[in-house]
Amino acid sequence: MNHLAPLAVAVPIIAAGVLAATASVASRRLADIVAVLTAAASTTLCAILLAHSGHHQVVYWFGGWQPRSGIAVGIAFAVDPLGAGLATFAGLIVCVALVFSWRHLETISHVYHALMLVFLAGMVGFCLTGDLFNLFVFFELLSTAAYALVGYKIDQRAPLEGSLNFAITNSLGAIMVLFGISLLYGRTGALNMAQIGHSLAQQPADGLVVAAFTLLVAGFFIKAAVVPFHFWLADAYSVAPTPVCAVLSAVMSELGLYAVVRIWWSCFHGAFGDHEDALRAILVVAGTITALIPAVLCFAQTHLKRMLAYATVSYIGLFLIGVGLLTHDALGGTAVYLVADGFVKASLFVCVGIIQHRRASVDEYRLHGRGRDMPFTGAMFAIGGLALASLPPFGTFLGKSLVEDAAVKEGYGWVIVVFILASAITGAAVLRSAGRVFLGLGPEGESEPAFEVDEETETETGDDEGRRRTPFVMFLPVIALLAGGLAMGLIPRLPQAALRGAAALQDQAAYVAAVLHGAAGSVPHLPAPPPPTGLDYLYGALSSVGALVLAAAALFRERLPALVPRPVANGAGAAVRAVRELNSGRVGDYVAWIVAGVTVFGAAFSLTLL
Amino acid sequence: MSRRARLWLLAPALAGTMALVVWGFTGLADFGHFQGAYGNLLAKVAVPERKATDIVVSTTFDYRGFDTLGEEMILFTAVLGLVVLLRELRGEQEEEEEAHDDQEGHAGREHRTSDALRIFGFGMVGPTVVLGVYIVTHGTLTPGGGFQGGVVLATALLVVYLAGRYAAMRKVSPLPLLEAGEATGAMAYGLIGLGGLIIAGMYMKNFIDPGTKGSLLSGGFIPLLNIAVGLEVAGAFSLAFQEFLDQTILLRGDGGSE
Amino acid sequence: MSFLPYAVAAWLFGVGIYGVATSRNLIHLVVCLTVVQSGTYILLLAIGYVGAGKAPIFADIPLNSKVVDPVVQTLTLTDVVVEATVVALLLALAMQAEKRFGTLDPDELGVMRS
Repeated sequence: MNHLAPLAVAVPIIAAGVLAATASVASRRLADIVAVLTAAASTTLCAILLAHSGHHQVVYWFGGWQPRSGIAVGIAFAVDPLGAGLATFAGLIVCVALVFSWRHLETISHVYHALMLVFLAGMVGFCLTGDLFNLFVFFELLSTAAYALVGYKIDQRAPLEGSLNFAITNSLGAIMVLFGISLLYGRTGALNMAQIGHSLAQQPADGLVVAAFTLLVAGFFIKAAVVPFHFWLADAYSVAPTPVCAVLSAVMSELGLYAVVRIWWSCFHGAFGDHEDALRAILVVAGTITALIPAVLCFAQTHLKRMLAYATVSYIGLFLIGVGLLTHDALGGTAVYLVADGFVKASLFVCVGIIQHRRASVDEYRLHGRGRDMPFTGAMFAIGGLALASLPPFGTFLGKSLVEDAAVKEGYGWVIVVFILASAITGAAVLRSAGRVFLGLGPEGESEPAFEVDEETETETGDDEGRRRTPFVMFLPVIALLAGGLAMGLIPRLPQAALRGAAALQDQAAYVAAVLHGAAGSVPHLPAPPPPTGLDYLYGALSSVGALVLAAAALFRERLPALVPRPVANGAGAAVRAVRELNSGRVGDYVAWIVAGVTVFGAAFSLTLL
Repeated sequence: MSRRARLWLLAPALAGTMALVVWGFTGLADFGHFQGAYGNLLAKVAVPERKATDIVVSTTFDYRGFDTLGEEMILFTAVLGLVVLLRELRGEQEEEEEAHDDQEGHAGREHRTSDALRIFGFGMVGPTVVLGVYIVTHGTLTPGGGFQGGVVLATALLVVYLAGRYAAMRKVSPLPLLEAGEATGAMAYGLIGLGGLIIAGMYMKNFIDPGTKGSLLSGGFIPLLNIAVGLEVAGAFSLAFQEFLDQTILLRGDGGSE
Repeated sequence: MSFLPYAVAAWLFGVGIYGVATSRNLIHLVVCLTVVQSGTYILLLAIGYVGAGKAPIFADIPLNSKVVDPVVQTLTLTDVVVEATVVALLLALAMQAEKRFGTLDPDELGVMRS
């Protein structure tokens, strides 16, 4: 059974090679079919791995190079439930994105399909590997595919700039990761994460360990887009082709956080474990900032894709709080939350793709009332917005309640306010656009400075005939994705399984024993978490109703009596404008912010972790 | 942010980051005193186990061969990316190229190289190819291997460009063959890994007798992997050179006066 | 003791990032990125150096010779290839920027604000 682990990566890689090699002979439809089937096969492999890793850690040594007396000789895949789950989720989203691309993109030979498959292989390998340098290789593999996919519509300015900013900042992140890996290798003489963790725990931590931790975390935070490393994300996600956006927003950003979780529990926990409280405080604060500021920016956007991009950053902040609480119930809850939210956000991106396909625009004002004859898309978009605002019984609600309960246990009850605010504001932004586009509510307005990607080149059917109705293969993904988001909240034993997976990931001793000494470590048995209480439903209702009220207030602002004194309103508006100005589109600024972020996190870590 | 503001942000930030990095470096062993468990182990066991004299190669292709699969895929992806990112420009340029063709007759427009340079250049192609093939196939014995040899092979194409003309290079370079070769090389690596799974029971496990130390065919499947990588790298770099040269030449044609 | 190779790695890291942040030309910016990356080569190779060690190639040295760490050399090899690919992609983007925006100054792109 263990042999499925390498195949989950090898199958898409080989298929990508076949597609590229036969580009000149095979037809577009054939490429579509091969790509979807390959992604489905890889997803199935990951799902089987997920089922197996629920019983014990799956360790696979490539080339059969078993470790010798605790020293890793080769590269291992060390598969735990959360990693396998994330890989499965990545596979699912890529499948859906490929189905959506069926009618969506004009492609040049089969390069698009090959790139998507390599992207998938990179993400799956990233989730499964137990070797730090191998993690870096997959990090670069998925990034390289992503740069090319974001810049796909290279004939226009915005995708070019988005891809450029994305590639420069993320390459810098990869280099920081490599500096961190080099330092750890210099200290431990190891690349296997279990071995590094074991070795680091043997001696007191010093500056080297802090510097390595900071550089690794900063590199992965750039990928995850934690404030202040986040600027590139809005530029890249607002211009990528829609199916690519769905994958980027639902999975790729979250991988950055997964990597931080992975390295903390596998490599650094033994060295810094005594200072867990300090790290918890730092991560929760960083998560709070990342959740709130981008939520406001999300609300201020009228460019639908850019709005969803900021929603992505805001949710990354919430997930960072979840993983930053450093307990197994918070991590398990975050896993549920992350996957459910990924489904919902992908469905929202796909809805925007449909609007773009039919109306050739993604600007809320330009689309004002032009979606009235698209009731189905409108309904789906609005439901997605409510799900984003964690309406029960969606998985977002369940995940949010789990994390909130865990936060209360750790004495961080105040983060509940952050969760409610961020989910209500981002949900309200979506609901407001739904009202404006599909119902024609609210006054018409001036559209923002246009960096809209000309849609003509994105869809296959450029003629008017194709725009009159939405192809079925475009609806199918929306329904499937929303159903996925709902299912995450309804599958009965899911929370318990997620919590067990989280506990397995956090058990460093068992991880070392399984990877380096071949112990068949079992996954701990844990009781099921209590189902959401009345209080949880109240919080869910608060954020859902809050989103509706906020959306209505934004739409009918003119008719409202002036509740807020004008100077205050003006001041708030100026503040939001100032924050928006920081996202200047200039990569030099972004790099300066990244360096500042490294310094801030480095200072925080060195002051508290030693 | 203005450039001045950026500098004000950058200066303290970079100072702090540099302090952190230097602080980290002070924790490293003194230069030349490194004792890495992993490296020491490989230095001891690699030659007896793998019969390949070049441990860097046996590490790259066998002990850490899976990294190299990923690395090769990165190269493959990057070339696909170049095809995507440079394509539209090419489409636009074709029209301009037609206009350009009309003026082909203009004297002095095409830069001509001297006969001596051309003869020397074309004479170099053969040795370059031989050297490339030599480096690819002798990777298990001496410094080199698929990556290094592949790049040398790709430079053969550049020599043609330097010695002759762009048009000559376009004529001699079999583009579809390069594309297929590049993809095949990338695929072949994954397939050889699969061979390990089917024949030896483990993905990326050697399934060919490692032979005797020092002979050309020693190292088991490492020479095969080297050839796959050589194919991929030569194809990828040739394609990359060509994509860029296409752009440059056509852009230069754009300028008109050069 | 000698710390110079580490100092060079740190210097390349810092000066490269400074260049990336302040560059006025995309080609220059990409080269600065390669400078930062070069820092990792130096660092890796410096870490793995063993005083008076030979290259880990046993074609003409006895099996028990003192050699430098072979792993860092493998890592550097991978690193070099990775960098070459990223640079190729970035240069392609720079080329397109010149074409679409008529400038290579990253500060003059900025179609995406706020």
